[in-house]
Amino acid sequence: MADHIHTSPEDEHDSAYSGLLVNDAHWAFGTATESIGFGEDPLAGVDTTIPEGVDAVTLSTYALMLGDDSLVMSHRIAEWTSNAPDLEDDIALSNIALDLLGQARLLLARAAKADESAVPPLPEGSPAPPEDALAFFREAHEFRNVRFAEVVNGDFAEATVRVLLFSVWRLATFEKLRESRDHVLSAVAAKGVKELAYHRDYAARWFVTLARGTDESRTRLITALDSLWPLWPELFDTHPVEAAAAEAGVGVDPASVREAAEAVLDQVFTAADVEPSQAPRRSGVLGKTGRDGMHGEPLSRMLAEMQSVARAHLRGQW
Amino acid sequence: MTLTDHAPDDVLERHFEATIARNDRIEPRDWMPEGYRKTLVRQIAQHAHSEIIGMQPEGNWISRAPSLRRKAILLAKVQDEAGHGLYLYSAAETLGVSRLELTEMLISGRQKYSSIFNYPTLSYADVGTIGWLVDGAAICNQVPLCRTSYGPYGRAMIRVCKEESFHQRQGYELLATMMRGTDEQRAMVQESVNRFWWPALMMFGPPDADSPNTAQSMAWGIKRNTNDELRQKFVDMSVPQAEALGVTLPDPELIWNEERGHHDFGQPDWEEFMEGVKGNGPCNAQRMAHRRRAHEDGAWVREAATAYAAKQAAS
Repeated sequence: MADHIHTSPEDEHDSAYSGLLVNDAHWAFGTATESIGFGEDPLAGVDTTIPEGVDAVTLSTYALMLGDDSLVMSHRIAEWTSNAPDLEDDIALSNIALDLLGQARLLLARAAKADESAVPPLPEGSPAPPEDALAFFREAHEFRNVRFAEVVNGDFAEATVRVLLFSVWRLATFEKLRESRDHVLSAVAAKGVKELAYHRDYAARWFVTLARGTDESRTRLITALDSLWPLWPELFDTHPVEAAAAEAGVGVDPASVREAAEAVLDQVFTAADVEPSQAPRRSGVLGKTGRDGMHGEPLSRMLAEMQSVARAHLRGQW
Repeated sequence: MTLTDHAPDDVLERHFEATIARNDRIEPRDWMPEGYRKTLVRQIAQHAHSEIIGMQPEGNWISRAPSLRRKAILLAKVQDEAGHGLYLYSAAETLGVSRLELTEMLISGRQKYSSIFNYPTLSYADVGTIGWLVDGAAICNQVPLCRTSYGPYGRAMIRVCKEESFHQRQGYELLATMMRGTDEQRAMVQESVNRFWWPALMMFGPPDADSPNTAQSMAWGIKRNTNDELRQKFVDMSVPQAEALGVTLPDPELIWNEERGHHDFGQPDWEEFMEGVKGNGPCNAQRMAHRRRAHEDGAWVREAATAYAAKQAAS
């Protein structure tokens, strides 16, 4: 059959399809795994040594917290795909979801590398890499994301507020995390800052547009702000792991970025002529919230869907 | 002063025909026969709509992608389809129609999209099969369109085809990986190929004898090959790829014909194809309802953007 596989030069332009079996690194921008950064080990080539004096479990858990925020938030934003008000926004929202997913992969891989015992054991013969073991084989109570990230999607005003609040908070965190003594976290933060600045600007533009657009858009925007605001204070709570990570010079204490984040938010509110929400903080369960693994009802449903195929094929290769 | 300002129609038409005959491009400001313009709007719009509706069957699996790497690949792919829709609507806009008008033609059912997207995606293997066979068939259809006579369409197609080739390779790579996995995964791939092989063949349109628009489109250089020529090419290219993958194509009549230098193959169920075209396919109603809902849910956002822009302009 070899002669059927051959791509004849005179027909080259017409036969992109037949090039599939030609082992040509230049074909269609090279092979899928190498050229687009989706290789099996997201940390390949990065210095993963744990900085001196840093507790491995603290570093791992801290990376897991940030990684779960990104993973869960990415999943929610990706749910907008093919549902946005216009093509440009569909593309922008998938882009945000992709950026967050990229951050999640690095952070989960970091968590696994720092402390292998964080990775759930899989049946023998499972080829799932650690990032997937963490994403697809943990239960909801083992996820350490803030509850803000898991809320079920609402309308486009809700998406706007969600992306704005999340990116303003996360950007303030990553700006400081660039100084992390951990090479992986500092690299993730350095790249993430650029991405998050775009997410924030995109959402801030829509925030102002919706606030100043029509009566309906303004009403919807303020409703969305009031619905998400109760989860805003939780973003700045300091969990003991975060305190320890900050103390060790690898992490950022969320409480330390509140002022910077709220200053940015105030600018957006002023431009939009919107008052900050007065909605009260949402309490936890017995004092526990997302960072403790205490979530709302939607997370386990999200995970049931997200993990369904991976769990149905324990030894599957993907 | 350009030729268009004063020349009588027959001179313009001869000029147009000569441009086509030289295999040169027609550009937006050139004179063109009304039939040519209408045919192009119909074809480009249908193509753009197909990209947008095509986001749904694969989008169906984004939330369930079984690895983070696959999730990133799939999300990026569906995003590319939105991008293709965007370039193609822009190409159509050079012919004097707006994206909004075309979208309304789609959701009111006055313009069509490719029937392939009315088939359901029932397993994760379908993500791979759509990449391999559906994007593969699309490439066979679309690569000749890079040389189509209308400039903006041809240039949009060059970029679309490059990205489609990339998607096709990713789809094939997913199937190849699954075939190296478990027995259940191999069965899943075969089942998916069984479902999509015939619909993929339908993507080239009805047999030439039943394709009324082909001759004029070829004379105008909009279309470069007949439906049957492209279908044959697709079958010939797919057979060795299926062998390399280790799957069986579900056609008992499929056999190499030494004399013709091509494969002989069976005919898809053209009645089922026509049902899909008429709106009675397995997912027509679902796809249209999804598109209509997204468009209607977004109406207040677009109104807000327009109102805000007007206020900005006034201030």
